[in-house]
Order: sequence, then C-alpha cells, then structure tokens
Amino acid sequence: MTIRPDPTFHASPRLAMEAPPESFAYTLLLSPDFSKPDALAVIDVEPGSPTYSQIVHTVAMPNKGDEFHHFGWNACSSSLSPLSGHAFLERRYLIIPGIRSSRIYIVDTKPDPRQARIHKIIEPEEIFKKTGYSRPHTIHCGPDGIYVSTLGGGGKDGTDGPPGVFIMDCQTFEVLGRWEIDRGPQALHYDFWWNLPRDYMVTSEWALPPQFENGIVPEDLLSNKYGHRVHFWDLSARRNVQTIDLGANHQMALEVRPAHDPVREYGFLGVVVDTTNLEGSIWTWWREGGKFHIEKTATIAPEAASKEQLPPLLQGFGAVPPLVTDIDLSMDDRFLYVSCWGTGEMRQYDVSDPRKPKLSGSVHIGGIVRRTPHPNGRKYAGGPQMVEISRDGKRVYWTNSLYSTWDDQFYPEGMPGAEVMANAGADGGLELAGDYWVGFPQGYRAHQIRLDGGDCSTDSFCYPSA
Amino acid sequence: MLSFGLNVSVADWTVAGLWLAVIASGLYHGANPGMGWPLAVSAGLMERSSRALLMALWPLWAGHLLAMLLVMLPFALLVTLVQWQRPIQAGASLLVIGFGVFRLINQRHPRALARIRPTQLGLWSFAVAIAHGAGLMLVPIYLGLCRAADLDAGHTAAGRLINTNLGMAVLVSVVHSAAMIAAGGCAAWLVYRYLGLKFVARSWFNLDAVWAVSLILVGTIALVISLTDASHA
Repeated sequence: MTIRPDPTFHASPRLAMEAPPESFAYTLLLSPDFSKPDALAVIDVEPGSPTYSQIVHTVAMPNKGDEFHHFGWNACSSSLSPLSGHAFLERRYLIIPGIRSSRIYIVDTKPDPRQARIHKIIEPEEIFKKTGYSRPHTIHCGPDGIYVSTLGGGGKDGTDGPPGVFIMDCQTFEVLGRWEIDRGPQALHYDFWWNLPRDYMVTSEWALPPQFENGIVPEDLLSNKYGHRVHFWDLSARRNVQTIDLGANHQMALEVRPAHDPVREYGFLGVVVDTTNLEGSIWTWWREGGKFHIEKTATIAPEAASKEQLPPLLQGFGAVPPLVTDIDLSMDDRFLYVSCWGTGEMRQYDVSDPRKPKLSGSVHIGGIVRRTPHPNGRKYAGGPQMVEISRDGKRVYWTNSLYSTWDDQFYPEGMPGAEVMANAGADGGLELAGDYWVGFPQGYRAHQIRLDGGDCSTDSFCYPSA
Repeated sequence: MLSFGLNVSVADWTVAGLWLAVIASGLYHGANPGMGWPLAVSAGLMERSSRALLMALWPLWAGHLLAMLLVMLPFALLVTLVQWQRPIQAGASLLVIGFGVFRLINQRHPRALARIRPTQLGLWSFAVAIAHGAGLMLVPIYLGLCRAADLDAGHTAAGRLINTNLGMAVLVSVVHSAAMIAAGGCAAWLVYRYLGLKFVARSWFNLDAVWAVSLILVGTIALVISLTDASHA
C-alpha cells in the first residue's frame, strides 16, 4: 500500500491521454511447439533510446506448454473508484495466464521493468479446485479484486460445466472463487469488460476447448457451432440480465471494447467470420431505456484468391476471409482499430458516431495471400493480430500470432514472431513506422502487448472526461 | 462556594471542547475522500449537472448519520446505569482503542463494500462509516457530553436520563454529520467546479494509518480522563 495513489491511475480517460507516453511495451512470447518455456519480453519503446524497439529483458517461465495469450495488471485506474477504496494499490504486477496449462504467473515489474521477475505462481489445481473453471484468459482489475475470464469448465477437456469468470485477491493473488451467481443461458466465454459507474458487464463467446486447442474444427465452423452470442450482466448483482444472439452465421464473437468514457453507454464487438459470405464484422452495442441493443455496423469483405495461394483449410472457398481477430478503441473513443489477420490489414475506423463507423485509415502488412512486407523490407509472416494503442492515441502497436495451432492452419509456412508500430494522424490516417521492428528469439511467437502505465485495453475509468 | 464556581467553569470548558471535537471529527470525516465526496463529484459529472452533485450529498449525509446513531444508541441506554458509568466509559474507551489497533494491523478494505451498487449511496455511506469505525470515534466524546449534562442536571430519574441521553445522541450525530457533509460537499464542489478531476487522485492520501491512530488517540484520551476523574471522586 502506498501513501498517494499510483501516478499511473487516472480519474478520467482524458487525464490518461495527457499523462507521459509509454516507455516499455510488455509482450507475451509463446513457444508454439511447447519445446521451450513461454516468456515475457520487455521492449524499450522510448524514441531516441539506444535500445529502441529492442527486447531489453526477458522473463522466462519455469514450465513449458503454458501457451500465453492475454494478460493484465493487478491494478489500474479503476482503483480510483470512489466506491472501492483501493486507491493505494500499485500498478506493479502483471497477471499472466497460460490458456493451455491453466497456470497463472504473477510478474513483478518494480522497481525496474528491466529486472522484472516472477513474484508468484498459481498452479492449475488451485484454480480447478476453487472455481471449477479452466483455461484462464482475459484479466481486468475490478472493484473487488482481479477478474479473470476462462475458456473452459471442469474436467480434462474443459467441457464439464460452462466456463465463466472468477475473482482473485488483488494483493495476495489468492483465488477467491466464481463470480457469477446467475449465468442465465451463458455456456461459452471469451472476452469481458464493463462500465463501472453504470454497473454492467459485457461478455462474449469463442468456443469450448476441444474446438480450439488442437486447431480450428472446420466442420464445427461450417455448422455454426462456435460462439455467436453476447451477454450483458448486472455487475454488482453478478447476474446475466440479457443475452443477444447475433445469428448463428456470425461465428466467434471475440473482443469487447466499451467506450472508455463511462458516460457513454455503448461499445464495440468484433466477429471473426460470417459463414455465409466469409465477411468479418464490427458490431455496436448500446444501452437505451434499460435494455441493451446491438447491430452490425461495419463489414469487411473477403478477397478472392486462387486455390494454390490458399492453405488447405481455405482451398474450398476460393477466397481469403479477413478474419477479424482483435479490435481496440482509442482512449478518446474516436478511433477503432480492427485487425484483419487473414487479409493482412490493420484498419482504422472513425467511430465518432458509434453506429456509423467510417474507414479513416488502413495499412497492409503480411496476409495469407498479399504477404505485404514491412516498409523496412522485412518479411512479415501472419497478419496484424493483437493490437494495442498508446494512451495518447498516436502510436498503434501490434503482433502477428493468433494461437499456436491456428497459426499453423492458416499460415502453414511458419510464423516468426514480429511486432510493429504505426503512427496515427490526429484526425485519422495510419502509417507504419519504418524504425520500429521487434525481432524475437528463434522459435518464439508474439501475442498480446501491454504498455507500462496502462493502455487502451486495460484501464477502466470511473469519472467522465467532460 | 469558590470551589463550586471553579467546577462550573471547568465543566463549561470541557463541554465546549467536546462539542468542538464533535464538529472537528465531522470535518475530518467529510474531507476524507474515502468517506464519499468523490461520489458526489462523479454524480455531478456523469449527469452533467451541479444539481446531481447536491442530490448525491443527501444520501451520503443520511448514511453517515444513521451509522453514528446506530453505534451511539446502545451507549445511550447503557449510561443510564449511573453506578456503572465509569466502567462503561473505560470500557468504551478500550473498545475504541481496540478497534484502532485492529485497523492499524489490518488495513484491508472489506470486499463487501465493493458489492454495493453505485446508485445505493446511502447504504454505501452507512456501510463505509461502520466498517471504518467512524461512529466509534464519537462514542468517548458523546459519553463525556452525557456526563457533563448529567452533572449539570444533577442525578435525575432514569426515565428522564434516557430521554436526555437519547436526545444527546441524536444531537451529536446530527451536528457531526452536518460538519461531515459540509466539508465533503465543499471538497466535491471545489473539485467539480474549479480544481478539476486531477485533484481526486492528488487529494487522496492514504489515511488508513492516521485514521487508526486517531481512534487509538481518542480512546486513550477518554480513558485517561475517566480514570483521573475516578481517582478524584
């Protein structure tokens, strides 16, 4: 506990934007064949530094086969919530779940990120025993602890009971137990986020472990068996209050990105693929008259391709789907970034009018067919995937890997880890920075990025910017 | 005669000092962000209206008032047992000291507080005051005032004494809560109108240790007074 609130906690999104820019980018490394332990890379992102865009420290884990995916902080700006009284926590520990092993690592980033080290390891058995869930995924620091979403239920293959959210103590990291009191019809899980002062949570659906752990199951996809619903919850009552089906053809509703300004009661959701036409789509949800509503507000078309240009999985379709695998919203709620992992494009939409996204910028890099190289001439395998935006909205970072076994199906030629950055114009527009290219050690892929001091997909705010 | 006159002036001085303590503790509670003024700022900003800020102060006040009353009422009934007055006073002091020590060792916030809805400001204010022992801090002061009132009136019938003590409990709670909401309201208004949200984080000092020490201090002073009084009697 500290005497003053952590200087990286901000009451409103605007104050977060005005804060000093990021100096380090934490990036998860995974060993796709499980031959090496997964790791956390600390990357210097301070312009002008002699080690700019290089890994300056690596924390290797003591186990193999964890499969790192998403991660988050022990505490963020939500600690300034006038309700919770946690203002004196520190943004210090990274909570890193292994989605294959169900193990969770707590990494201490203080006093110097260049000396980050493992603080605690929570073994899978503790999670199984206390929650009945497995395969922990998304992390958010919440009003009464750290919230962790999971992809699996109990049992060996994670299908014994539905997956859900559990809570961990934000100081001792003890697993406290399940969050839900009444889950309603929710049976699949992926991402979640909330509006704290308005007291609601939104969750999305990917699939059950047998549908992703050994690769995408084409028969399940074509018979629309992946997740296609979105759930709205009463946060403090821990109750599902509304479930909306997007239509079974909208397969894999993944990232949930509510507006950062809590006075705005809307947000976005990315859907990977429409099985009727291979489109990717962006959905806007909002609350009006006490009810939640959602509609498809942008679509991204597939690109035609000949059979020999496509991996076996896609050869029957004669086209490459955009595959919207990640989206991220800038701190001022103005620009939505959309990763098209299949076609190799990062799109920027102006969402000033949230139900009418306007394409305002785009860069091509990688892609199943296009294979666009980086401006520095290097080959970029895979496509834009996990995306993170600087607090001030000027820099957009992303990596190329989706998930070990899926990478191999869509990009069978291999996928060396890559992380790039693009500069965003004040009024839109996106351009790749020629001097930002992170090379990763041989045999590692790169997944989610977290910026020191918080970023656009970690911090929740309790006061409006106005 | 001379000694009697002296007694009265000392008693008056004590009473004035005790009332000052009631008001000062109210200001102290109100200025502490942990007791809720940032919620009023939030309400004002979320609704974009200064009226919403003012409306949020009411439940915060009512919750605090209720918490004070709840803690003081049992003592209002207990102190009618005149012959037990000193042990009760010493016991109350020890209770306050004990709670202060507990808060000093265990500075964790009860998780249940985070479960209260953002719209239930009154309940939140009540729960947070109870959890932090805000009411306990007032008990020794209140008992002092009861004694002073009792000395003034001479030993009266138990029935009247209960009424007097209950009335005193209400009066102490109302005055304390009024001071609390005045300080909190001023802080909220200043931040909302002039200082800006940056001040929320800037003003928020970790008062947990100071708070615990305040409890111990109030309890100790009350204990010393009740013991020295006892030795004089």
